[in-house]
Amino acid sequence: MSEVRFSGFGWRHAGRRAWAVRGLDLHVRHGERVLLLGPSGAGKSTLLAALAGLLPDDSGEAEGVIEIDGLEPAKARERTGVVFQDPQTQLVMARSGDDVAFGLENRGVPAGEIWPRVSDVLDRVGFPYPINRSTAALSGGEAQRLALAGVLALRPGLLLLDEPTANLDPPGATLIREAVGQAIGPETTMIIVEHRVAEALPLVDRVVVLEPGGGVRADGAPEVIFAAYGDRLAADGVWVPGFSFPAVRATTRPTDHLVRAEHVAVRGRLRPVSIAVGDSEVLAVTGPNGAGKSTLALLLGGLLAPDSGRIEAFGDKRPPHRWRATTLTQRIGSVFQNPEHQFVTGRVADELALGPRRIGRSPAETRRIVDDLLERLRLTKLAGANPYTLSGGEARRLSVATALATAPRLLVLDEPTFGQDRRTWLELITLLAELRDAGHGILAVTHDEAFVRTLADRAIGLGEPDPEPLPRRVRP
Amino acid sequence: MTLALEPIADPSAPLARRNPVAKLAAALLFSLPLISTVDPFAPAVALVLELALLPLFGVRFGVLLRRAAPLLLAAAGVLVAMTLFAADRSGTLYFSLGPFDVTSGVVATAAGLILRIFAVALPGIIVFATTDPTDLADALVQNAKAPARFAIGALAAFRLLPLLGQEWRALTLARRARGVDAGRNPAAKLRLFVSTAFALLVGALRRGVRLAVAMDARGFDSGIPRTYARRQHFTGADTALVVTAVIASATILTLSVLLGFFRPIVG
Amino acid sequence: MSNTNPNRWRTIDIVIASVIAVAFGVIFWAWNTVWSVTEAAFAFFPPAQSILYGIWLMPAVLGGLIIRKPGAALYTETVAAILSALLGNKWGGTVILQGLIQGAGAELAFAALRYRSYKLPIALLAGALTGLSAAIYDFFAWTYAYELWSYRVPYGAFTVVSSVLVAGLGSWLLVRALAPTGVLDRFGAGRERALI
Repeated sequence: MSEVRFSGFGWRHAGRRAWAVRGLDLHVRHGERVLLLGPSGAGKSTLLAALAGLLPDDSGEAEGVIEIDGLEPAKARERTGVVFQDPQTQLVMARSGDDVAFGLENRGVPAGEIWPRVSDVLDRVGFPYPINRSTAALSGGEAQRLALAGVLALRPGLLLLDEPTANLDPPGATLIREAVGQAIGPETTMIIVEHRVAEALPLVDRVVVLEPGGGVRADGAPEVIFAAYGDRLAADGVWVPGFSFPAVRATTRPTDHLVRAEHVAVRGRLRPVSIAVGDSEVLAVTGPNGAGKSTLALLLGGLLAPDSGRIEAFGDKRPPHRWRATTLTQRIGSVFQNPEHQFVTGRVADELALGPRRIGRSPAETRRIVDDLLERLRLTKLAGANPYTLSGGEARRLSVATALATAPRLLVLDEPTFGQDRRTWLELITLLAELRDAGHGILAVTHDEAFVRTLADRAIGLGEPDPEPLPRRVRP
Repeated sequence: MTLALEPIADPSAPLARRNPVAKLAAALLFSLPLISTVDPFAPAVALVLELALLPLFGVRFGVLLRRAAPLLLAAAGVLVAMTLFAADRSGTLYFSLGPFDVTSGVVATAAGLILRIFAVALPGIIVFATTDPTDLADALVQNAKAPARFAIGALAAFRLLPLLGQEWRALTLARRARGVDAGRNPAAKLRLFVSTAFALLVGALRRGVRLAVAMDARGFDSGIPRTYARRQHFTGADTALVVTAVIASATILTLSVLLGFFRPIVG
Repeated sequence: MSNTNPNRWRTIDIVIASVIAVAFGVIFWAWNTVWSVTEAAFAFFPPAQSILYGIWLMPAVLGGLIIRKPGAALYTETVAAILSALLGNKWGGTVILQGLIQGAGAELAFAALRYRSYKLPIALLAGALTGLSAAIYDFFAWTYAYELWSYRVPYGAFTVVSSVLVAGLGSWLLVRALAPTGVLDRFGAGRERALI
């Protein structure tokens, strides 16, 4: 059990002019469970890294004091444990049990004690597989459970959770919420940063809202905070429970199919399915992980050839995957789940100019298209920035903008709202609704129920994947 | 073609079970001395020995053949290159290809080189096919006194391999979606390759930074002496394997010298 | 963290050096799938294959330029070699010895400047020395039975030239392109960019 005290704490990352956190005074008592909120850029993750003793001196400049049980964080590292967003970059070993053992080995726990502790903590987080299960074979939610187990095995007095469900689909997020609820006893102090407040609320008894310029804006019991500050938090991008959106539906009906797929299948990835997308409509494709949603998006995006079935689009005799890339981008624009996969240049403006230039637009036309898109997607200030340095929301807007630059009539989006804060989410919905009203057809693969509810004109669910038998847990 | 690090052999076979460091040392001590000669005799004997030991490592012949398939291409390359560039064109003339005389000397050297490629490569292929990377890292730390931070750090990075393999595919598709494709133009193809490789590297480094932070958060750099959850033992049988490899290699080279086949690569 | 010895490897140094090796493992694998034709073409004119050598030698120079610590070039190239052995390359275990020798070549260049300079000339020198060490290894281990002047010497020369251009110049350009993406912010190589 640990106690945390900040006095006038501030941190500025090397290479930045602005302080990430400044003038913070906060006291977290033994056994409290705190949800830390604030708009993007309020320094929430920095704060957790500072508590975990993970802000090395050479990576920035500190002011003020942090104390964990009266110790500076670097000296209290054995008392803290932290779980980050991305499970794939927290797992170290190839086998699940070895991964949990990794931290115990680091702390010099005697070999005889390691395996009982591994088994015990895996049971507590509800990890369903044997300890020699390959970590590469885990789903996102399962991998994050394992990461949580690896941290809990060290018996931290202070548990820090940095958006632990942001990279997970809803079932995965539920797994983590349950695991945290089950596995953490009253003796653990917990601080959690999470945009999706509804996920975290059952776990916490206190909410602290950070002010972007520095300091604390609000602090208290969840219901009090949301009653008093809910609308402001929602405007800042926090997913405050109870703030929903009215549905925006199509104003016109589709007149024609842009793309039609008949009984398309990809071996081992997608069972035969027929689907058509018309102009002026938003079609949502939902379904569990492994059902082949992303594969379907690749097929309709003209990026993958089906093993069987046929795809016909834009009245072309050839299927989309046989089209030249320059033809493809003028008809179908694809937006990948990870925006960074689509970046090809070193500047935001060049990124937008690439498509128009490749399809032979004149320099003047290209400049007009680029300026227009920068303006529409609020990227003008970032025109000279390197695409890889953008925040999650900015990168998402840029990836949509690059797809729009070649004016395709069909847009295929894979999890467009994934991991976005409420503000970016709302911007995306508004933009996609505008595009639909302008006659574009939009296909979105999504887990996001709010997206389907708010924007989709039709939704198609892909079937359940074959269930995998759960092997019993055995010792090696 | 996939990117995977799983061992592809029966792990319970008598020699596959040996300590990874012992296996690696045996493979290197056996195959490196063979580089010293270009005669056909030594590698031929070595190759027979290696194939005879195959069942003891639990490696099926078909599996080995698949892994060694690129060697066939290398062998074909040697054949062509020898015809064009052989230093030694003594012996009986079999036939001439334009200005290039193919003689018994050329054929003997080519055969020697091809056998040598296989003989030198197979021990490593067999050993790595039967070794799990985690076991190798454990054994390097526990039995070969390799620094634990480096061995475990490398192991953690190896875990990213299949992930990066998938990432490569996604990057390739994403480039087409951006309207970038190369068609048949090799220069455009090269540019596309470089751009994809760059994006892969950015993603890999970003993951690496996060991974390092997560490892430190779990006490990787705490300065406390690490304990070992998994033990690797170096037993008498392991010593015997290494010693046998040295003796076998020495015997083959001695025989090659005594029988007059030996052709050293220096001098 | 409390250790301030600038030559001590931080966890991030170890992991990033290893990740460079792994990423190049993937790039090499991708090269072989994308350009499987070249493998055959190169097999019939082996000196041309040494162009590929340049990519293979990149981890050594890149590791040295990014990590900036004694042993970085050696470690990165050795890990790359071990990885390629684990993946089942065609040279078997001896590739590890080869990796050590090639890494040592680049390491020598950085050591010669006492790990203080990482500018273009040093990158080129590191490329040249790693290429030279690779060429010397091959000269004895793999090309002995060929004609000296029409094959062995051109092969070695190709290797060195390709290494200077691809491994040396290429790595230097790569670091310059990587720095603005922010992924090198925790390294000296990434800090030389302007405040934002």
